[in-house]
Amino acid sequence: MVTLNSKVPEGPIAEKWTNYKAHQKLVSPNNKRKLDIIVVGTGLAGASAAASLGELGFNVKIFCYQDSPRRAHSIAAQGGINAAKNYQNDGDSIYRLFYDTVKGGDYRSREANVYRLAEVSNNIIDQCVAQGVPFAREYGGLLTNRSFGGALVSRTFYARGQTGQQLLLGAYGALERQIAKGTVTLYNRREMEDLVVVDGKARGIIVRNLITGKLERHFGHAVVLATGGYGNVYFLSTNAMGSNVSAAWQAYKKGAYFANPAYVQIHPTCIPVHGDYQSKLTLMSESLRNDGRIWVPRKKEDAEKIRKGELKANDIPDEDRDYYLERRYPAFGNLVPRDVASRAAKERCDAGYGVGPTGLAVFLDFKDAIERLGKDVIEARYGNLFQMYEKIVDDNPYETPMMIYPAIHYTMGGLWVDYELMTSIPGLYAIGEVNFSDHGANRLGASALMQGLADGYFVLPYTIQNYLADEIGTPRMSTDLPEFREAEENVQERLSKLMGIKGQHAIDKYYKELGHIMWDHVGMSRNEQGLKEGIEMIRRIRDEFWHKIRIPLTLNELNTELEKADRVADFLELAELMALDALNRKESAGGHYREEYQTEEGEALRNDDEYMYVAAWEYKGPDKPPELHKEPLKFEYIKVQTRSYK
Amino acid sequence: MDFKLKIWRQKNTTAKGRFETYNISGISPDASFLEMLDILNDQLIEEGGDPVAFDSDCREGICGMCSLYINGRPHGPDHGITVCQMHMRNFKDGEMITIEPWRAKPFPIIKDLMVDRGAFDKIIQAGGYISVNTGGVPDANAIPIRKENADLAMDAAACIGCGACVAACKNASAMLFVSASVSHFTLLPQGRVEAKERVKAMVAKMDELGFGNCSNTGACEAECPKEIKLTNIARLNREFYKAHVS
Ligand SMILES: Cc1cc2nc3c(=O)[nH]c(=O)nc-3n(C[C@H](O)[C@H](O)[C@H](O)COP(=O)(O)OP(=O)(O)OC[C@H]3O[C@@H](n4cnc5c(N)ncnc54)[C@H](O)[C@@H]3O)c2cc1C
Ligand code: SF4
Ligand code: FES
Repeated sequence: MVTLNSKVPEGPIAEKWTNYKAHQKLVSPNNKRKLDIIVVGTGLAGASAAASLGELGFNVKIFCYQDSPRRAHSIAAQGGINAAKNYQNDGDSIYRLFYDTVKGGDYRSREANVYRLAEVSNNIIDQCVAQGVPFAREYGGLLTNRSFGGALVSRTFYARGQTGQQLLLGAYGALERQIAKGTVTLYNRREMEDLVVVDGKARGIIVRNLITGKLERHFGHAVVLATGGYGNVYFLSTNAMGSNVSAAWQAYKKGAYFANPAYVQIHPTCIPVHGDYQSKLTLMSESLRNDGRIWVPRKKEDAEKIRKGELKANDIPDEDRDYYLERRYPAFGNLVPRDVASRAAKERCDAGYGVGPTGLAVFLDFKDAIERLGKDVIEARYGNLFQMYEKIVDDNPYETPMMIYPAIHYTMGGLWVDYELMTSIPGLYAIGEVNFSDHGANRLGASALMQGLADGYFVLPYTIQNYLADEIGTPRMSTDLPEFREAEENVQERLSKLMGIKGQHAIDKYYKELGHIMWDHVGMSRNEQGLKEGIEMIRRIRDEFWHKIRIPLTLNELNTELEKADRVADFLELAELMALDALNRKESAGGHYREEYQTEEGEALRNDDEYMYVAAWEYKGPDKPPELHKEPLKFEYIKVQTRSYK
Repeated sequence: MDFKLKIWRQKNTTAKGRFETYNISGISPDASFLEMLDILNDQLIEEGGDPVAFDSDCREGICGMCSLYINGRPHGPDHGITVCQMHMRNFKDGEMITIEPWRAKPFPIIKDLMVDRGAFDKIIQAGGYISVNTGGVPDANAIPIRKENADLAMDAAACIGCGACVAACKNASAMLFVSASVSHFTLLPQGRVEAKERVKAMVAKMDELGFGNCSNTGACEAECPKEIKLTNIARLNREFYKAHVS
């Protein structure tokens, strides 16, 4: 078995990153201009990385599938971004943010990476304020904070309910500034179709121009993937319609290991599913749990009447309401981490206490907060979220409690990377949600934005130089090299094969079915038999997909159905790997809950003796099972405990 | 619910477009407008036809990708939302719905209902940012900012760059969009440093790209899904004047 070298620097944890930076190799200014870096993705991670690398003087090419870099999925993040500023003087520190993140991740992340994340978190806030990000402020003019799940301090910075938008506009502005200067070239409406590897190193990509349909070859001395998460494998998720796994999947097939694919995050507060025509789910930010109280009726009869429309939420007196999170977890109450809150909602609904027409919903109630703080305060805090809810559900949350249910939201798993954020392919980096590195088996709220910007602004621009310093002698390569030609031919072949299926059904038919299989078998709770069945079903649906879909039009033009088919084909393969990983992990950890492994009270039961490792899967070919490599996790600075929020 | 859809079909930028009419039935009032189009597209594919191309990504009103002109209004009949946030309950059963792309010279049609809004990115490139590099910046609390100004900056920064303001304007003016960006930065001490250069460069770029003049009709404000206010245009004009007299 290959040993995975995480390249964690020596020394005490608080000094590792400083030491690394002091001793790493750097590229001189005149050499930077000679080096090309490809960045795929313009979300927080990609935009911040490309802008920073451009500022340093590298020659950067950046790609996205949208029309403008500003539209990347990061734009949709609502609630906030964490940092260990301790502006509230409530006892926060770098160590505490590190500790909360490792504990929140159920002791399945790499200590050194998480510590560095906490360390640079403060720089992010400084950087964003300098860029003009209009974070919320107090009357005295200083920044204010809110609390998020899994923390006992208030460390989340926010810009109304549009934090992701504002952070991305900051990074996008920095990126556009570099584009204007000519250090960065933008290739929009491009879909990455393959990674080009020359002599074992990542040297370029093949992309499809989504307007003309033409394939293009691009060279880079290094390639950075910042392509986001794969939550859309469930069809319904809170991700943007175009979010996909394809870039990461191509890298996997070219030799990059895929780590912990089974770790997905199910967000507790989303608007419940209401019809089979639905195309996506809408998140109601976790920040709502600061002031909203979650409950279901205490009596089954009441729940049933609510489902039938015979009773309304407001008809239930307080003593007949079960504020189950406050009951089960008195210390954290409504602010328990996401995996815990989601499972608790499912437990109540499965037990027959769910509300809404389907019985798959719980209440999120602001009555007490409105009484305590006034409607104005609640409106100032969450106005746009309340409006969003009202537009979708046609119900006024100031008067009747919201109805919410868990939904797929984020993927902790992703490409395996070392401390330098390099994948197992030399010269290929993965930053932001597409990598696996910092959140273990469960991510805390407001930490994805932090990680994306940490990777892009403050980590990658350093670590990539340690690699590129040895590449200054490598001239730009011609894209006529056989490796480029072959890669393009393979893409051409795959796309032609898709076009050639000439069945009769729209892709959604199979995509939706895949989504159902994943939700039922590889979703919020899993078991051995269900996973095995799931794998069979995934294979069957994959086979049907490859025989029965119909893609209209041709390869050489704008073809939205082809784009979708291209992505769904990869999801159909990823799905099986996720189920396999879930099957392999015979424990419950964070978002991965195996019914066979639970405590008497129904809490997740880890097995640290056997599973305290990162599962990194290596692709072995289309008809062979992938090979599992294990990166053992060691915790030297945190005492591993049972994760408790009681 | 049943609808008759009159949709603009155009093969590519240079081809001549035309309206096609489609019937669709059995739509839930809770379906979103774009979900209704998804259903139409799946139906077209199953019948051997070609789907209607339109842009969308987040489907929650924040990415600014969706851009449909419905019954003569950008983002359709409801106020303060994007078309992806609109539900079919806003329409009458049996209604005829006309769906067109944004129509404005600086936004050429790519196909059917998709347009190229690259001109907006070019305007931002001209100065829609604060010129700071990564690293070496002061502590976030080093400069206190009046809450009122921070809030107004946030109001302006809420612009999603969708282009509805341009589509709504008979002159295809981009003033509301540009003023949102200028206001956002002008209201913050960090942004004041380059205020003059910014406003000049962005306005010049806007003119160069072929956006029309603002004649204060206010159609942009009325149709903006993020309710960006005309007061931002007034602020832009003040800043522009200041930049030129001093
Ligand atoms: C509704 C919602 C709310 C959230 N709220 C919060 C929050 O409050 N706090 C928090 O910390 N986190 C939040 N998150 C999570 C967070 O937003 C994401 O994890 C994060 O933004 C991911 O950023 P990224 O840069 O890694 O990728 P993304 O923003 O997903 O960007 C991916 C980029 O890659 C490009 N791309 C993808 N595939 C391809 C391809 N095949 N070819 C070419 N280009 C490609 C896309 O064009 C895009 O530019 C939220 C997530 C959602 C869904
Ligand atoms: S000002 Fe309003 S209409 Fe114009 S681009 Fe911004 S959000 Fe869209
Ligand atoms: S699809 Fe994002 S705003 Fe409509």
